[in-house]
This record gives sequence, C-alpha cells and structure tokens, in this order.
Amino acid sequence: MSILAVSNTTFAQQQDHLAAQIRAGNIVVPRGHGSSQIGLAAGQELNAPDALWDFDPSALTLTVSAGTPRDTIETLLRDQGQCLAFEPPHMQGLLGQSKVGNNAGTIGGMVATNASGPRRVAVGACRDFCLGVAYVDGLGRLIKNGGRVMKNVTGLDLVKLMAGSHGTLGLITEVSLKTQPIPEMTATLTIENLNEVDAVTAMSAALGTPFSVTGAAHVRADRHGAFARTLIRIEGFESSVSYRIEALQNALERFGHSTVEWDQTANADIWRAIRDVDRFHAMTGDVWRVSVKPSDAPKLVEAVQPLDVIYDWGGGRLWLLTQPNTDVRAQMTAGHATLVRASDATKQALGVFHPENALVAKISAGLREKFDPMQKFNRGMMS
Amino acid sequence: MEMPIPNAAIVSRKPALVAKLRAAIGAQGVIDAPEEVKAYECDALAAYRCPPLVAVLPSSTQEVAQVLRICHEMGVPVVPRGAGTSLAGGSLPTADSVILGVARMRDVLEVDYPNRTIKVQTGITNLAVTGEVEGDGFFYAPDPSSQLACAIAGNIAMNSGGAHCLKYGVTTNNLLGVTMVLPDGEIVEIGGAHMDASGLDLLGVICGSEGQLGLVTEATLRILPKPEGARPVLIGFDSNEVAGTCVSDIIKSGLIPVAIEFMDRPCIRATEDFAKAGYPDCEALLIIEVEGSEAEIDDQLARIVKIAKQHNPVEIRESTSAEESARIWLGRKSAFGAMGQLGDYMCLDGTIPVGELPYVLKRIAALASEYGLRVGNVFHAGDGNMHPLILYNANKEGDLEKCEALGADILRLCVDVGGCLTGEHGVGIEKRDLMTHQYTLDDLEAQMNVKDVFDPAWILNPAKVFPLATSASRRGQL
Repeated sequence: MSILAVSNTTFAQQQDHLAAQIRAGNIVVPRGHGSSQIGLAAGQELNAPDALWDFDPSALTLTVSAGTPRDTIETLLRDQGQCLAFEPPHMQGLLGQSKVGNNAGTIGGMVATNASGPRRVAVGACRDFCLGVAYVDGLGRLIKNGGRVMKNVTGLDLVKLMAGSHGTLGLITEVSLKTQPIPEMTATLTIENLNEVDAVTAMSAALGTPFSVTGAAHVRADRHGAFARTLIRIEGFESSVSYRIEALQNALERFGHSTVEWDQTANADIWRAIRDVDRFHAMTGDVWRVSVKPSDAPKLVEAVQPLDVIYDWGGGRLWLLTQPNTDVRAQMTAGHATLVRASDATKQALGVFHPENALVAKISAGLREKFDPMQKFNRGMMS
Repeated sequence: MEMPIPNAAIVSRKPALVAKLRAAIGAQGVIDAPEEVKAYECDALAAYRCPPLVAVLPSSTQEVAQVLRICHEMGVPVVPRGAGTSLAGGSLPTADSVILGVARMRDVLEVDYPNRTIKVQTGITNLAVTGEVEGDGFFYAPDPSSQLACAIAGNIAMNSGGAHCLKYGVTTNNLLGVTMVLPDGEIVEIGGAHMDASGLDLLGVICGSEGQLGLVTEATLRILPKPEGARPVLIGFDSNEVAGTCVSDIIKSGLIPVAIEFMDRPCIRATEDFAKAGYPDCEALLIIEVEGSEAEIDDQLARIVKIAKQHNPVEIRESTSAEESARIWLGRKSAFGAMGQLGDYMCLDGTIPVGELPYVLKRIAALASEYGLRVGNVFHAGDGNMHPLILYNANKEGDLEKCEALGADILRLCVDVGGCLTGEHGVGIEKRDLMTHQYTLDDLEAQMNVKDVFDPAWILNPAKVFPLATSASRRGQL
C-alpha cells in the first residue's frame, strides 16, 4: 500500500535541496520536531523531508521519509493491525514540552535517538527494526544503506550506526522499518511491596521463564499511598495469555501474592506511563537514563540515592530522578548513563552522553571525521 | 573470481615473519610448512583455493594482539578465520596473507542466567554455546545450518541467521558486547552485558563486517529461555504463487511462527529420491513451525491450517508427536545433501520482499532454462531469504563459469525487485563484484570510510566485500 503525501519527485527534490544546503551551509542541526532532542546543539536547523511512505502490511515492512510525523505512521499501522514493536517513547512530557501542534515527533527523530520502550527487553530496540536508511552526509552526498528486506548482510551495516547517532553523522532522509502485528491481548501481573533487590530478582525470574514476557518494570511506592509495584506483561492470543499468566503466577509464587490486570485500556495506560516516564513529568529534578546489567541496578540505585526511580527492561534500564547536579556516573563502573533532563549549565558541566573510553572515543571521532569532515552536523552533541 | 596479485616483497619476507610470530606466541601456534598451510587454502566456497603464507592459531586475546601488531608493522595482509564454513569465501587467503584463526580459543568465560547472557571466546562453535546452557533451559537463538561446525567469530563477522530468525532475529540482535583486537594490535571493549550503546552503535557496524574492522576474540551473547515445545505443520500447494500468498496471510494474521520454510518441486523431488520423507508430489511445500505449550501449539497450528485451507492446499500434515515432527523436518534437513547427490551445486542467498516470491521463482526458472542448468529452491520464506541451489558439473569445462553467471543474474534479479545480494552468507569474494548493482559508488565509499577508521592500512581481509577496482587505491594497488 503506497500512500504518497507528497510525490516521489517532490521527495527527490527535497532531498537534493537538503544536500545542496549542506554543501553550501555552515553548521547544521538535523531536525524533526525537536521533541526528543536532549543534547546541546546550535546551528541552522534543517528539516527532514515531509511525509511520504510505502507500507506493505503483508511483508511487515514500511519505508518512510524521515520528516513524517510519528502519529501519522502509528495511525497508519494501527489501521492495519500493526505497530512499531519497540514501543518508542514520547519524550515531550518528560522534557516539559507541549504535545500540541507540530510537536508529535518524527520518524527520523525516533531513529536518530534509537527510541525504544518497555518491549525492547523482549523484541529488541529501534535499531533492531531498522532495515534501511538514506541520509545526506557532511559532504552533501546522498548515501543509502541496507534495504527494505528483513535479512540483509550486504556490505557494512551503516543502518545501525545511523540509528542512535543523534544527527551527528548525517541528516536522515528516509528509513525502512520492520513492523509487527499488534498483539491480540495484553495482561499485566503485579506483585506489590517488593524491595528493589527482590523486584529485580523477580523480573529476572519472569524473563527467564518460557512464557514470553514482553515487559518487566518496577516502580516505587508513591505519595498517594500506592505500594511499590513490580509489573510483568504478557501479550499474545487470548488463550495463550491466560495460560501463560497462570503459569507465571505459579513460577513467581515465592515472591508473594500477585494480581492480574485484564482490562485492555488499563494495560495500555500502565505501559504507556512506564514508556513515557509519566511519573517524573510533574516532579522537579534532573532525569538520567541509565543502562546497566539488570542485577547491578539495585546496588547503583542504593549508591546514587535518587529522589525516585523507575526500573524498566527487568532492571536493565533505569530512569533516575535526582537532585540537580548529581553526577550519577561517579557511582558507575559498568554500563552508561545519559543526562536526559537538566539545566543547560548542568548538561555542560556533566555532559549529556556518557564519556567513552579513549579507544572507543578515538574510533567514534574517526567516524565523525569521515562522515562529516567539515563538522557541519550537531557539532559537539555527543562528544 | 579475481584475486589481487600477491605482493612478492611480502612473500619474500616469510622467514622473518615466521621468526617474529614464533618468538611472540611460540612455535606451536604458527604453521608455515607448505603441506600444512594447505589445510587453510579454502573455506566452504571450495571452488576457490589458495594456500596462505602462514597460518596462525593464537590462544588468547593478547596473542591475537601480538600477531596483529607484527603483521601490521610488516604490512602483511591478515585473513581472519573462524571455523572456515563461509559459503562466500570470507576466509579465502591470498598467497601473501596470514590466516589468523581463533580455533584454539573456545572457552566459556561466564554464564549469567539472571541477566540472560553468556560470555565466550569466539572460537567456540555456535551449537556449543547452546550446549553450555540448554541443561538449564536456555539456548542461543541464531542457528545457521552449519551450527555444528561454525564458530561464533564467523557468526559475528557474517551476522549469521538461521531457520529460526523469523522470531528471534539474527546475530546482531543477539550480540551485546565484544572484545576486539584492532589491526594495529590495540584491544578494545565495546558494549557489555547492558542492552544498548552509550554513544555511536559501533557493535552494530562491527557485526557483519566480514573481518574488515578487527578480530573479535570474546563476545557477550544474549541467551533465551527455551520454549516449552515446538511442532511443525507441512502444507503442499499446486503453485508457488498460492504458497507465497499463504505465507503472506499467515504473517499478516499476527502469528509469529519460529520458521516458515519453502521448497519448490525440483527440490521436493530430489529430497524424496534421497531421504524418502514421504512428501506430497506438489509444486510447493511449506513447513511452518510454532512454539509454546501443547495447547498453545494446537491453537496456533489450528489458525495456520484455517488460513491454509482458504488456499486449496493439496495436503496438510499436522504433527502430533516428536516422530511426526522429525519426519516432516527430515526432507528439509536433507535438502542440501539431496541436491548434492544430483551434482555439484552453488548455494545463493539473496533476499527479496516476501510479496515478490512468485515472480522471482518464475524468473529463476526461466533464467535456469536459458542457461541450461537446473535450479532447486529451498529457503526461509517468512523473511524472504532465498536459497536457490544451482546444479552444475565441476568436471565439465566452463560449467562453473556458467553457473556463476546464472547465479549473478539471479542475485541481480533479487536486487531489482527491491531485495539484496545476501541475506545471511555475506559478500566475501562471491558477491563482491556485484556490489555496484546494489550500491552506488558513494554508498560504497561511505562503507569503505568506516574501514578506513578501523583499519587505515587496509591489512584486514582487504580483497573482500568491495569490488577490487573500488578498493584498489586503498589496498595500494592502483
């Protein structure tokens, strides 16, 4: 199913125009809607091309221009019973931006930030669903890599390199993505009042069962009197879900009594709130996104003493709310931490992205030098 | 396939090279006798052979670093080798190169069930990784058909897939971290037991880089809990087109089978003659496997059968026991052997958009008859990864060249319908010269730029992946 919001010719013209601007221009900030920009960057903003897509539901593949709003694509997929399985978060609420108007986020921004939500622990991240990419590099060349098929090992995989590069290697103009059917049904098993060590142990146990857990998160008790909750999600066909929930309840019996949420709207709300870090929206403080080995998570949290924490990915991803200027990285020996929300001064002082070891930093700098020899893109954003 | 002319100056320095290598890692790991290096003259693309100057088998990351440092200083090309099962010539040496094999590095370094990871030295075979954890109910998902022999090092280099990647993904989706030795001997750690990259996704470009960027000596892999059970259904159709539509309908329905395998008539016939699996006599045959509890399997198979029945299948055979499952898989698993009984064959692996399946099969048949060669098709239909097997006679003059020409036409066809040259075997030397059909020179330049960063001297596997003319100036062969 091809739906053309602008014609192919217009897309090609836009792409050429971008390339020409980059060849002629100074410093460039590749920009979608700016809804998930966390790094510090300055320069002339260049927008990715407008909406244009080619969706083949029977092949589970979608090729889409980078400037296409995410909500347009999410609606398009939903109408065919499909979705982006990696559950990309919407960061506007967390970053204190209004969600109205032209701020829904673009597909290009989603890929450039490798935006991935709770289901990542089971199915993979945004980068795992990226099949192909087109981008304009720092010399104004239009480069394509990958394609629109599920299995492709033809040449070096620049698709993964572009995913999560935060616009520092080039301006993404088009991506091909793998889609997935929306699960028929969702249920969430909840265990209340576990301490955080036990919560991570319980989530590890759940993820280690054969019952295809697709979400494992833990939130603390809140100010309204709700207990701490450990949440385990099962999705699939109705008969499967009820069987697996029961099997999971038995497997997790030693962690205490569990309840099950069967209501579909309530399930969607629970996981959307985890995905978008709803809990921190109205709370003041810096926000860190931490990636660690799940079993290391409680120890790190203990050392950092944050104002609040959300464990996602079975403990592999932490959202930490801290007092301003807290350096979470000082407590870390492995994994990495990204400073997602803080004042510009704090971001300047601590750095948004985790410092790389010398050799990795040398390789990354070498790649930026090759992709963008004149340092036109998002200068200083990631390094 | 053309290979670069060996550098005589390098060949003449062999005694000095061997002496340095022996001094660094001991005599045992350095093989230089002509009759012994012959064992490394080819991989599974056996039509091409060339003994290396020296073969080196280090036993630690430190030794790999020492070997690379020496080769780097002396300007000697290095061809990395896992188990030598590449079908694309990924570890084919040149006469002026050192084969650097990881076969002696097979240790399991750490198994971590709570975090669902295993850390291994990369000389370990794919199947041995699963072997290490299956007693505790876990497995390593990528399962290339060479999994008994192939090494994790090669799996990472080629981003290997397998029959079950429709559900579990390929190597890149199951790789969390690596220890890699750069061409100048520096040792770098990338990723770890955590789930995503901190900066640029270097792991993403290292996986599948065909030994172009560095030597991966250790890897942290994701392991998964084993499903409760699995059973297949076999469905026969009287046309490829209908079978292709049935595959699309199953995928659209929300089912995620672990495997959807497709065999066409030439392959079914060959297999029947060879393995006598009792397959129906039909144009196309699907084997679809699902996982879960007994009840879940019954439910999913029922959904598949319901979809299949809308397409007038000539036969549906649902497995209800382990014996029946084995019988259904018997033919598929013997397919390559069966084709081998008919003659020499070349196995391609282009990928196409699933919807193009009927057209591509028709075109392959037409091309085969133009060339006067026979082609059988057995492949992973769920993800469009084709495996046309072209039969030829290696002893007949010109037959190999004819087979390669047909293979190239088929791969160009795959690209022309929106697919790619290789889905899981890699480019190696086999598809190297077709790269310009899929990519522009700028596209290739961008890929070669990545190699420039990791391997500025272009000593690692330099004559692979990129057309020789394209990489000539970098290899110092303008």
